[in-house]
Formats: sequence, structure tokens, C-alpha cells
Amino acid sequence: MNYRLIAGISRSLLMARLGQTVVAAIGVTFSITMFIALLSFMTGLNNILDSLIVNRTPHVRLYNEIKPNDQQPVSLYKPSTENYHFIHSVKPKKDFSRIRNSLAIIQSLRQDNRVMGVAPKLSEQVFYNVGSVDLTGIINGVDPVEENRLFFLDDYITTGSSEALKNTTNGIILGKGIADIMMSKIGDVVTVTTARGNKVQLKVVGFFQSGLADYDKVNSFTSLTTAQKIAEVASDYITDLQIKLFNIKQAPTLAAEFKKIYGIQAVDIQAANSQFETGTFVRTLISYSVGITLLVVAGFGIYNILNMMIYEKMDTIAILKATGFTGKDIKWIFIGIALFIGFFGGVAGLIIGYVLSAVIDIIPFETQALPTITTYPVNYNPFFYLIAISFSIVTTYLAGFFPARKASRVDPVIIIRGK
Amino acid sequence: MTSVIKTHNLVKYFNDPVLFKVIKNISFEITKGEFVSVIGKSGSGKSTLLYILATMDSDYQGELLIEGETVSDKTEKERAYIRNKKIGFVFQFHYLLNEFSVLRNVMLPALKAGEREIDEIEQKAFEKLKLLGMESHANKKPHQLSGGEKQRVAIARSLINDPLIIMADEPTGNLDKHNSEIVFEIFGNLASAFNQTLLIVTHDIEFASRTHRIIELEDGRILFDRRN
Ligand SMILES: Nc1ncnc2c1ncn2[C@@H]1O[C@H](COP(=O)(O)OP(=O)(O)OP(=O)(O)O)[C@@H](O)[C@H]1O
Ligand SMILES: [Mg+2]
Repeated sequence: MNYRLIAGISRSLLMARLGQTVVAAIGVTFSITMFIALLSFMTGLNNILDSLIVNRTPHVRLYNEIKPNDQQPVSLYKPSTENYHFIHSVKPKKDFSRIRNSLAIIQSLRQDNRVMGVAPKLSEQVFYNVGSVDLTGIINGVDPVEENRLFFLDDYITTGSSEALKNTTNGIILGKGIADIMMSKIGDVVTVTTARGNKVQLKVVGFFQSGLADYDKVNSFTSLTTAQKIAEVASDYITDLQIKLFNIKQAPTLAAEFKKIYGIQAVDIQAANSQFETGTFVRTLISYSVGITLLVVAGFGIYNILNMMIYEKMDTIAILKATGFTGKDIKWIFIGIALFIGFFGGVAGLIIGYVLSAVIDIIPFETQALPTITTYPVNYNPFFYLIAISFSIVTTYLAGFFPARKASRVDPVIIIRGK
Repeated sequence: MTSVIKTHNLVKYFNDPVLFKVIKNISFEITKGEFVSVIGKSGSGKSTLLYILATMDSDYQGELLIEGETVSDKTEKERAYIRNKKIGFVFQFHYLLNEFSVLRNVMLPALKAGEREIDEIEQKAFEKLKLLGMESHANKKPHQLSGGEKQRVAIARSLINDPLIIMADEPTGNLDKHNSEIVFEIFGNLASAFNQTLLIVTHDIEFASRTHRIIELEDGRILFDRRN
């Protein structure tokens, strides 16, 4: 088959019906444009919402839960068939939520080549003293360097930086909510009362805004050593080990593994935030469905136009066949027309889709919840463009296939006699 | 004499609305350089026979040989190849493609054959147009030509691949006396000057009487087959 000749004939037939083919191509262009714009915007949004969670949440968190021991002493005594245990309301023993042997665990985790990093944390319940009122709060003692490297602490510090925690003794970064209540400025000294009743003075070195207002009303960050001082504990006292992995998909298996090895509680990000994955999935699904629906509609447009064209071009088909073109040639001439429409309509759609995404990208979008975002998020993933153009070509191919097959079966004798 | 087309007991039925035998055991042979006309009353089966001979219709019984080769059992693709390379067909209605220029219309069968470079094909098409006195219209679109002119372009197209035989179904049926005369002269000239084999279906008895051989059909049978 001579593809250049076939393509040339396709093009000539198409040019002879330019108006109609342009309308068909506009259908494809429109659907591809919407597909690109919708997916870029939706996944842009998804990425932001995900990063809200994925970037800030440990992939695996190790902690100690305060709960009664599963193995109560009484259970060591095997009851016979006539006897039962009658111990109700078992209470946990007074114990710390500390992770025992934390330094060794950190060291062993840091040698694990699946682990990107480990950030230790100490959470301590406190009261913020605001005049005569005490507000409950939590002080998170963190390793500022690791916390920032692994969980992008600086991304939501609106004033100051995590650096300051390292450099200032007794420095504290307050949540936006509590800072507003205390009307504190940078450099102010705030007083907190620990659970044991000690008063500690801390110097405000920054504010953070996580996007969750309730969280920001309660939480503050200090360095790990400061937190340990407040809690009056030793320098190996840690309540949480926050682990970031190279591959987030491994989180559930590794959580189970760590739980077994270290004998402590482990929770993975998927278990802790399953609703976010569902949201992401649904948004992506909607975008794809809308895009594909539009393409199918455009496909029917092409199907109609080709059917009409074949009806009009019966003479042409007959004469081509009479002069030696095969049914296959005829089929490809008409599929060629469909592919032309699909390709050029699709490419135009990619370009306009790109422009539309760029326009969305500069529309201002400011929200309390996302302090680092100033315009609508757009994800320029080349993969969408690849999918869109493949879809448009496949759809138009299918739309062209059946009319083209009909054309290939036209019997020239019937047409030539018919005059 | 080399055989160009030969049939043996050709039979064709139509079964719409009732089973009906259109071609009834036709056997004949056309040899190289013959200028043959087929005449007969309307409905005698002339066109039907011609479409079979031109390999456009494959729904028949009996044997058809082109250059000594059996056509009956060839595939659609092989028959398309035969039509392209060996048969030049001229219709009563001109059937040029309006999307293409006159020159491109003439070139198309050669482009399909794909055996020559485009430049060469273009030059050859131009020569064929010249042979028919149409070279000055080469760049026009078919709808800008008169009926007689269109028919001359169609003849030029039928000649482009130097076919074994030219077949025509009432090529002058739609033309006035003057244009019919021109077309006849072209065929006569092709036969005498180029030894071209021709098979022309016509209603024009005068036209037929000037060919080498007349075959008359009646009710799907050969009534007579006479050399002039
Ligand atoms: N598709 C068809 N189905 C049924 N009968 C047909 C069909 N085509 C032609 N016929 C019949 O076959 C017979 C031969 O038709 P054909 O067209 O070969 O005649 P013809 O000799 O070419 O006539 P004319 O001189 O009018 O062109 C006619 O009786 C016609 O009615
Ligand atoms: Mg006829």
C-alpha cells in the first residue's frame, strides 16, 4: 500500500469538505482541551491536598500506646471448665509513653536502606498561660534539621524558620491560633505550665500555620532538648519516631515489620489517612470520565460526518475501485480522514488545553488552609498530554473504522450502473 | 495471435426480484490489436458482460481468461491489480474526481501502480492529455470542463498505465454528434497507430460499423460475431 498516495487522497477529500471537517475537529479540540485543563487542575489540587498529608505525615510512626498489657497475670492461671476469670476494669500501669531504647532503634533505622530518614519527637502536654487563663496545649519537641528535611517544617512556618529553634535556647514556634490568642510577637516570652506544675519561660522565634485551625490552636514546636527540659526527662526520652521511607507504598509492610522487631506500636500513613486516598482517586476518576465522555461525543460527530461523506463520495469510491484501488486502500483513505481530524483536532486541543491550564495557574487563590499557595494549583504532567493525544487518535480511529469499512465494501458496479 | 481476453461458457444470473439468467453461455476471444464493438438492444446484457470482463463483477460462472490467465478464482486484491495495470475503463458518465485537477485525475491509476517516480508519471499523464488535445486544460478542475472534454480526459486516464485493453460502456452515449465523432476518431487512431486493443459497447450502429469486429447480443446470447 502506498501510504503517501492514500494520505494525499484523504487530504483532498477532506479539503473538499473543509467546513464539515473543521466542525468535527472542533469537537475533538474541545474535548481534549477540557480533558487537559480538567486533569491538570484536578491533579494539581490533588497534589496539594496530598502533600498536605504526605509531606507532613510520617510514612510510619512508631510510638508507645498506653494500654493495659494483653498478658494479665491472672491469665497465666489456666482456668478449668468450672472456673472463670472475673477481673473487670483492668487499668494500665502507670507508665511513660516513652519509647524504650530509642537511640538504638534510631541507629538501626538509619542503617535500613529503605528508610529515608527518622525524626524523633517528644510530645508534651502543657498549659499556655494567657494572663489568668490557662489554655491546654501540646509542645512538640523536634530535631529541627531532620524535621525540615523530612517533613518540610519550614513550608508552614509563616514567620521565622526552623533554624531559629536550633540557634535559640528555649525558643518556641507557636501555632497561629494560639499566637493570636496570646497576641504574641516575635521575641516575646511566653510562659507554659507543665503537667507537673512547673512554669517554664520560652522565647517566641516564629509562627506556623498548618492549614488545620484546630491544630494550630493547640500545638507549638520547640527543639527536642528544650522539650526534654520542659518535661524534665533524660536526653533519650522520645515519644514518637517519625519515619520517612523512599517508597511510600512499602509503609504498611514496614510498619508491621518494625512493630514486630521493636515491640512497639507502628502506624502507617495509608492506615492513618485512608480517606485522602479515596478523595484523590475519586477526583481523578471524575476528570477521566468527563474527558472520555467528551471524546466519545466527539467520536460520534466524526462517525456521522464520515458516514455522510461516504454517501456523498460513492462515485469517487466507485471510480477509485474501477481504476484499481483495493477495498483496503479505500478503507484507509477514510480512516485517514478520521485520523487527520483526530490528530489535528487533538493537537489543537493540547495547545488550547495548555493555554487554559496556564490561565488557571495565574488565577489568584488564597486560603487560610494553604499558606504557601497564592494561585490555583496546576499540574503540567506531560503524561496527560500523551494520554489525551492517544485517546483522541484511538477514538477517531474507532469512529472512522466502521464508516471506512462500509466504504471499502461499496460495489462499484452498483454505483456505475445506478446512473 | 496473442489472446487478450477469452471467455468460455460465461453464465450470470440475477435473482432480484426473480431468478433470471442475464448472460447465457457466452464464449468468445479477443486478440491483440482488435477493435471490437458490442451492440444489442437495451437490456440484452451488454453492460453486465462488460463488468464481468473488466473484473469488477466476480459473481458469475464459466471461465474468464485475461492474457491466458484464469481470473475467476483471483482474490479481490489481485483483480484490483488487473484493473489497474491491464484494463483501461471508460464510462458513459465521465466519472472524474472533482477533488483533483485534470492532470492528477489522469495520474491516479499510475500513482496507485506505484512503479514510477511522480515526475515521470506527471510527464506521462501530460503526454496522454496531449494525445487527446487536452493538455491546455491540465490544471483545471473537472467541473470546469464540457462533457466531451471530460470524456477525453477519462480516455487519457484509461491510457495512463498502457493497458492491455481499453473497455468502454457507451462512451459517446452522453455526447453530441460532434463530440462523439472526436471520441470515435481517438479510438480509431489508438487502434491503427498504437495497435491498441479496444472493446466498446455502443448503441450507435454507424460507430460500430467502423470498428474491426461487431458482436451483437440478444437476451444474453451472442446473436452474431462478425468481422468488418
Ligand atoms: N442489479 C440487477 N438486478 C437484477 N437485474 C438486473 C440488475 N442489473 C441489470 N439487471 C437486468 O439485467 C439485464 C441486462 O442489463 P444490462 O445493464 O446488462 O443491459 P444493457 O444491455 O447494458 O442495456 P442498456 O443498453 O440499456 O445499457 C436487464 O434486463 C436488467 O434489467
Ligand atoms: Mg448498459
